[in-house]
Amino acid sequence: MSALLEIKNIETYYDLIYAIRGASLSVEEGSITAILGNNGAGKSTILKTVMGLIDNQPDKGTIEFMGERIDGMDTDKIVRKGITLVPEGREVFEELTIRENLMMGAYTRTDKKNIDDDFDRVFNYFPILKERINQWAGTMSGGEQQMLAIGRALMSRPKLLFLDEPSLGLSPLLVKEIFEIIRTINSEGVTILLVEQNAKMALGVSKTGLILESGRFVMKGNSCDLLEDKDVQEFYLGVKSETSAKGYQRWKRKKAWR
Amino acid sequence: MVEFLQMVLSGIAVGSSYALMGLGMVLIYKASEVPNFVQGEMALLPVFISFMLLTSYNVPYYIAFPATLIFAFLLGCFLEFGILRRAKEPNVLGLIIITIGMEMILLGFVSWKFGADQRAMPFPISSYDSIIIGDIFISTLDMLTLVVALVIMLSMFLFFRFSKTGVAMKATQMNENAAALMGIKTKQIRMVAWGISSMVGCVAGLLMAPILVEPYMMWDPMLKGFSGAVVGGMTSLPGAVFGAYIVGIVEHLFGGYVSLEFKSVVAFVIIVIVLCIKPSGLFARHYVKKV
Repeated sequence: MSALLEIKNIETYYDLIYAIRGASLSVEEGSITAILGNNGAGKSTILKTVMGLIDNQPDKGTIEFMGERIDGMDTDKIVRKGITLVPEGREVFEELTIRENLMMGAYTRTDKKNIDDDFDRVFNYFPILKERINQWAGTMSGGEQQMLAIGRALMSRPKLLFLDEPSLGLSPLLVKEIFEIIRTINSEGVTILLVEQNAKMALGVSKTGLILESGRFVMKGNSCDLLEDKDVQEFYLGVKSETSAKGYQRWKRKKAWR
Repeated sequence: MVEFLQMVLSGIAVGSSYALMGLGMVLIYKASEVPNFVQGEMALLPVFISFMLLTSYNVPYYIAFPATLIFAFLLGCFLEFGILRRAKEPNVLGLIIITIGMEMILLGFVSWKFGADQRAMPFPISSYDSIIIGDIFISTLDMLTLVVALVIMLSMFLFFRFSKTGVAMKATQMNENAAALMGIKTKQIRMVAWGISSMVGCVAGLLMAPILVEPYMMWDPMLKGFSGAVVGGMTSLPGAVFGAYIVGIVEHLFGGYVSLEFKSVVAFVIIVIVLCIKPSGLFARHYVKKV
C-alpha cells in the first residue's frame, strides 16, 4: 500500500503560538484514518495546515500528496490536486441555495456531464437535499447543513477527503447516520482522514487511529487495538478503571505522554 | 401635478447615475469590506481618458467608449491588486484611509494632466434634445441614462444569479475560507469585483460627461450613490439601487418645492432618518446563524 498523503515533521505557528510541534502522519490510499485529541490539541490545525489555509505555514516540515510536495501552495491549487476539507462547523454558504452550494463544490471541474451524475450521487446519499434544492442553505437545520457540507465536498470528486468534526452538535441518531455514509463514501474509493472528538464513533469506523496531544502525535495503532487500550478508554471513552467504595474516585491515573 | 411628475421623472433620471455609483460601492464593500471613497475617481480618470481620445485623437465613439470601459476595469483591478492588497493586516480604518489616499492621488493626477477647466465631452446624443411624453419633458440623455442603468442592473442580476463566476463571487463574499476550500481563487475574485465596480462607475461618469467634464464632477454623484447604498443597507445590490432612486427623487422634490439651495443636503438628511429608524439599512438581510 502506498501512502497517499505523507506529512513529515510539520510545525505550525499561529503568530507566536506554537500549535503543531512536529507531527508526522501518513494516510494510506483507500483507508479511513482518525485523529483524536482534546480541545486545543491541534487536530483542526493539522488539516488547515495541509489545506494551506494558514498563511505561511507550515513553518517546518514537508507535506506530500501522491509523491508531490504541496506545502506552501495556495489552497485552490491544493483543492485542484484532489484534496477537500469539510470544515469544522459546516461553513456552508448561507445565502446560496443548496443547488448553488453544490455547484460551488464542483467549481474546479469542467466536465459538465459528470457533474450532473455527481448531483444524483449526492442526492442519493442525502435525499433531504433534493427536497430542499432551491432553499437557502442557512435556513436548514444543523444536521442538514452538515450533510450539505459533505455533499459539497464530494462534488469536487476528491481523492482524499478531510472531515473536521462531522458529529459536532448533532443528535446521536444523526451522528450514526453520518458515519454510515462516511463508510459508504470510503467504500466507493475515497480516502478519508477524520478528526473527531467522538472517539468511539471515530475508532469504530476507521482503520488506523492516532492520538494528538499538545501538537504532537503520542499514539498510533489499529483502531480496534486503540479501543481496547486502557489509557484511551480512560481518557477518551469515559471508562472508569477504578471504582471507589465511597462512590467517587480517590485518585486518578495520571497519564501524560509528554 | 405635471410639475410633480416632471420632478419625479428628473429625479429618477438623476437617480440612475447615483444608482450606478451605489452599485459600484456595494460591490466593493461586499468584496473588501471597505466603503470605497475612490469610487468617483476610479470613474473620473477613464472619463478623462475617453475625453482625450475623443477630442485630441479623434477616435470614433465605438472605439473610444469600449476602450474606456476596459481601461476602467484594469484600473479597478490595479487599485486592488497593486495597492489595497499590499496592506498588511489592515483594519477598516486603515483601508478607508487608503481609499481616500488613492482618491486624492487620482484627483490630483487628473487635475494636473488635464486641467480643471469646465468642459463638455462630445457625445453621440445631444444633451439638449428631449422627448415629450404627454406634458412631461425628458432629455434624451436622461432617457439614455435610465435605459443604460436598467440594462446594467439587469445584467448584473443575471450575472450573480446564473453565472458560475457570479455565484463564486457571492460565495467568496459570504465565507472566504470556505470559498477557498472549493478551489475558488478568492484573491482573483476580489480583484475582478473591483474591476467590475470600476466599470459600472465609469458608465455613470460617461453618461454625465456630455454635460460637464471637470475633475470634481464625480464627487457629488459618488456621495449620493454612497448615501443611496447606506440607505439600502450597504450589502444589498437592489437596496443600493432603491436607495439611490429615493435619494434622487426626494432631492428633486425638495429642490422644487422647498429650497433649491439645500437640495444637495437632502441626501444626508435621508441617511440620518433611515439610520435612526432602521440602523442596518432598509434592505440589509440579517441572518441568524444556527449552531
